Parts: sequence; structure tokens; C-alpha cells
Amino acid sequence: MTIPTHQASADKPHVGLFVTCLVDLMRPVIGFATVDLIEKSGCRVSVPEMQTCCGQPAFNSGDRAGTKRLARQVIAAFDEFDYVVAPSGSCAGMLKAHYGELFADEPGMSDTVKSFCDKTFELVSFLVDIRGMTEVAAEFRGKVTYHDSCAGLRELGIQAQPRALLKSVAGLEISEMQDPDVCCGFGGTFCVKYGDISNAIVEKKTANIDASGAEVLLAGDLGCLMNMAGKLSREGRSVEVRHVSEVLAGMTDGPAIGAKRT
Amino acid sequence: MVIRSGKFKANAREALADPQLQRAMSNVGVGFVQKRRMAMDKLPEFDALRDQARDIKNHTFQYLDLYYEEYEKKVREAGGHVHFAPTDGDARDIILDICRNAGAHSVTKGKSMIAEEIAINDHLEENGIKPIETDLGEYIIQLRGEAPSHIIAPAIHLNKDQVEASFREAHTGLDENRNLDEPESLVAEARSMLREAFLNADVGITGANFLIAETGTSVIVTNEGNGDLTQSLPRVHIVITSLEKMVPTLEDATAILRVLARTATGQEMAVYNTFSTGPRREGDPDGPEEYHVVVLDNGRSSMIGTEFQDMLRCIRCGACMNHCPVYQSVGGHAYGWVYPGPMGSVLSPSLIGVDKAGHLPNASTFCGRCEAVCPMRIPLPKMMRHWREREFERHLSPFSVRSGLGFWKFFATRPRLYNFTAAVAMPVLAALAGAKGYLKALPLATGWTHYRNLPAPEGRTFQQQWRDHLAGVDE
Repeated sequence: MTIPTHQASADKPHVGLFVTCLVDLMRPVIGFATVDLIEKSGCRVSVPEMQTCCGQPAFNSGDRAGTKRLARQVIAAFDEFDYVVAPSGSCAGMLKAHYGELFADEPGMSDTVKSFCDKTFELVSFLVDIRGMTEVAAEFRGKVTYHDSCAGLRELGIQAQPRALLKSVAGLEISEMQDPDVCCGFGGTFCVKYGDISNAIVEKKTANIDASGAEVLLAGDLGCLMNMAGKLSREGRSVEVRHVSEVLAGMTDGPAIGAKRT
Repeated sequence: MVIRSGKFKANAREALADPQLQRAMSNVGVGFVQKRRMAMDKLPEFDALRDQARDIKNHTFQYLDLYYEEYEKKVREAGGHVHFAPTDGDARDIILDICRNAGAHSVTKGKSMIAEEIAINDHLEENGIKPIETDLGEYIIQLRGEAPSHIIAPAIHLNKDQVEASFREAHTGLDENRNLDEPESLVAEARSMLREAFLNADVGITGANFLIAETGTSVIVTNEGNGDLTQSLPRVHIVITSLEKMVPTLEDATAILRVLARTATGQEMAVYNTFSTGPRREGDPDGPEEYHVVVLDNGRSSMIGTEFQDMLRCIRCGACMNHCPVYQSVGGHAYGWVYPGPMGSVLSPSLIGVDKAGHLPNASTFCGRCEAVCPMRIPLPKMMRHWREREFERHLSPFSVRSGLGFWKFFATRPRLYNFTAAVAMPVLAALAGAKGYLKALPLATGWTHYRNLPAPEGRTFQQQWRDHLAGVDE
């Protein structure tokens, strides 16, 4: 694996990478692909060590106080940056769309939280909407299908941006599946709390993926990707699964998600 | 109605294993969704209409007491009666009294979810009065002794052959060899059975989609015309409805009508939009002699001013359930009470208690599709989360969830410990998976691995690799 050179130049916008806990633990290559893409968009990147998780598991389990503790930690860790970027619509949605609501009862926090929310973006929407990126220099031979992860799509309006950049990848062909905007059944803790319902939902998704004829499934959220990859692999389907950033940054030499290591 | 929401998981498991139900449910995500999409494509001003509809309802709730007074006054002036029912039991008593005073033996019914909420059919039957459902879907499930599984398509959980079997069993005395293969023949048979019921009924009960304060009018929106026969043929018409159906003016009702049918069935307007004001007047060619409106509260007024108030805007179009991946998978009966799908997951805990309906707001992926299609802009996922917060505060969440969350929080709020632990654990997990790159089973993660493989982590965490990268060490 080639690791991109860390470009440091004081006049470029300074981006703090919110790597997300799943990417940190499960698939670091997405983190490196993200850094590479942000740098290519003309920014410099740092990765604060004092980050863990955006707080969604607590937030969606009804633990508001616990979520706030984590949120304060995140906001403090990213105080110094011009932008906060996360390679996940779900985590970025949490930071950007839900932190405001979380602190609505603390007027004293409102300026801090608002400026944090305003400077936070999901990776691909940051590249396209904020940095004006229209193409990437990557090459990827094959037919891919793109799943719109729910939070990115409905909380942040991410739909056209990843497709626009993917179209610029040399050799890549997009074959849309039926219902790309329908949930894959992951839903964070939902997938284990209501495993059989989650399974019924992901079965429909993998059938649609397979029927698209694509060799590769891409999406912008590692949670959804692990769910779909795990199901595709359990069903013995040969579709390869990757995070969209891996293809956009040309970092597809390593094994796909849940695939054999050579 | 017996509340079975506490058994949601078992209900869902049963539903997933029911091939007939799964066959019927496979149509929901296609038909309703496509028809709505097509209607929306022809209505570019939909978002502006949604804002208007939301604002009308929000305004109404702010002055609900004034509008209710005005409404009651107008109904009285038109010769009708308004009965306020604080609870479901009160509503049952009021309706039974009206039926008894009318000397009723048989009652026809238009489709009404409030009637389900107060379980009026059982109550009338226990008291010797025969209720007959006249909406085709409701008629079918009444024959089968079932509850509706959808708020506008009560028999959506059934296939045609099941309906045919129910008709052959219930409609005795007809030619056994008659052909019931086509939907048209089923509809014709139901119609011929119902015709007599319409003519013989002493009382007709309908619901109401709107109550209009300025005119004292109740509105029903139907496609079969059964509602009109139900309310205009018998001597007495009872409207069973609830507090939040109020709108200030006729103009407001028509504004909301513009979004209702489109999001419900993809129609620009439903076939019948019937406005009723009071009983038959002198010189009217038809209509009931008595007109009663029973307005149910049953916990709704206590939602006003809380984080659940927005739920009262719901106009029962069913779009949220049509688009819900969970509803599409398990159907409406799994929810275990009157209101299924996302709207039910928010409303039911308000009406029957979060201790009884606690599963419902948890059984959501928070995919947000319900909110995205809601014509009244109800933030359904947010309110489900509020219910989860109430449960968490009251320690109603399951022990496994609370303890798991506590364990995770301990690490997540200690970044150094977290990074250290992750750096130790991830390589172990990667080694366990070995060259195949995934795990088929993992203790403590069986909820995941029962249905899917667990993709293995790369090995070293991003934070570890990033530190090396900064230090100039390449892999």
C-alpha cells in the first residue's frame, strides 16, 4: 500500500479528519483514501488523537447525557480546524445534523455547536460541494453499483456527488441497482437487536445488488458496507464490496471488505 | 383490542416465517411507492404544500380549545350533537347509548381507525347490536376475525386466494361452482352482500378525516362510496373521530386534501370527498335524521406541548408504512395494536404507554424514509428517539442494551485507553479470521454472525498506522 505524502502548507484550509470508529478499527485504508482525497482537493489534513466515536450508539439508544459527554469531547478535539470531514454519511450526519439538536437546551453552547456543525462535512459532499471537485485521476476497471446510505442521503443530501466523481474514474461503469435509496437493514444496533428483520431487509438489498450485474458494490458508510458484504459473502455471492473513497483515491490494491487476503 | 406490542419480536418472527404474508407484503414496496412517486412527479409544489399543511395543523393545536368550541357551536346550530369522549371507554358508552336510543339492531360502518382504537365492534356485538363493515378490506377482515394490518388498506396482508376462501366459507347459499378468480367477481359478490346491509341498517358509523371549525362539518375521504351509503341511508349517523382532526376552515381542509390522496394512493383526489354538516334539513332529499359526532381524546390532548405534539398532525395517509423497510418485512399485525408502521411506533406509546409499546420505537433502522415522504413533515425518527430517551430514563431498556452501552461508553470517553485497547484487539480479530478475511461465528456477536459473515478488520488500527506514517515509517 502506498501512503500519500502529508502535505503541509499554512495557507491551505486545515481539515481535521474524523476517521470514525469503524474505519479506525476495521478498515484503515478508507482513512488513508480520505486523507488523500482531501489533500487533492487542496487542503491539509490532521488527525486528532482524542477522537473515538460520534456518539450515535448512545444517541439512538436514548442515552442523551452519555451522548453529550462524547459530543463535547468531539467538539473540543476539532476546535482548531477550519473543517471537520468524516468518510461516513451516518457519522457526519450525527455531527452536523444532530449535535445542534442535542445541545438545544444549552443556550451557552449554541455558538460553539453551531460553528462546529457548519464546518463539518461528509467526505464526498465536502469534495464536490465545498471544494468544487468535479473529477478524480483514478482508474478502476469494472462495473460498479452504488448504494445510497440512508443518513447521507436523507440527512445530508448525498446522492449526485459520489456518482459524479465515480463517472470520472477511468474504466469504471455504473450499473444502478433497483431501489438504491432503500435501507440495507443495518441501522446500527438495530441489526443485532432485531436480527431477523434486519436480515429480511438485507436479503432484498443483496438480491437487488446481484441483479444489477455489477461486480463491485460501493457506498459511503462502512457500517452498511459491512452488513451488505457480510450478507453477500454468507450467500456465496461474488460481488466485491468497497468504500467509495477507495475507488476515488485509487487505493484498491488490497483485499475488498470481508474478502480473501492474499 | 388486546395489546400484543410487547411481543413484537415474536410477532415479527412469525410474520417473517409466513409465506402467504410475505407474498402479500411483497407488493407494498412496489405499488404504493410507485404510485406516490408518479403523483409527486406531477406536483412540483409538493414541498410548499407540505409546509402549508404543517402550518395549518400547528396553528390549530395552538388554539385547539377555541376551534373546538366553535366547531361544537356550529354542529349544534346545524342540528347535530357533539359528544366529547375523554377515554375509549367513554366513547364506547356514548355510541352504545345513541344506538340504544335509536333502537338499533344493525349498524353499518365505514372505515375508521378510531373505531378500531375503541374496539367498538366487539362492544356493540356484546350488547346485541350487529356491526357490519362496508369498506371492502374491512369487510374481508371482519369475516376472518382479523384486525386491519394497514391504516388505509386493512387487508393488505392477504392474497386474492385467501379472500376467495373466506367468501366461499361465509357466503353460504350461493352456487358452489361460481367463479371467483377475478378481483371483479369478488368485489361484485361483496357488493351484493352489502347492499342489503346498507338498506337494513338503523345506524351508520363513519370516521372523519377532518372536522372543520368554521362550518361544523365532518369530512370523509373514500374510494368505494361505501361511506356515503353508510352515512346517508340509516336514520342515525354517528361520526367517531378524534380531537386532532380539527382544522379551522374549509380552505384549510382542501389544502390538506391536496397532499392526502397523493401521498396515500397516488391519486390526485380520492374518488369520494364527502362533507357532512348536521342531519337532513327540511327539503333535503336524503340524509340521516340524527347526526352525532363523538370526539375521542384518549391521551391526545396531553401530547400537546410535549415533544410528541407533532405526531398529532398525522392525517393517516399510510405513506410512512408503505415506505418503511421494517413494515414491508413484517406487516402491520406484528406491531400488536391498532396503528402499525412508523406512525404507530410514535403514536402507540402515547396512547397505550411506552411500557406496553416500548419495542415499537426501537424497531427502526432510522433510515428516515418515513419522514422524507410524510406530507405533514412529522419528524418520525426523532420522535422514536424521544421515546427511546423516555425508556432509558425510566430504565425500561433491556439490561443487555444498558450494560453494552455502559461498557462501550467507558472506552469511548477515554480516547487513550480506547486507542490502546483497539490496537491490541483488532490484530487478534484479524488473526482469528485468517486468510479468508471474514468470521462465520464470533462469541458475543452472534446477533450479527447468525445471519451474515463478519468482515475481518485489516489488523492495525488507523490511528496506529497514521502515527507510523507521521513518523515516516512505511509499512
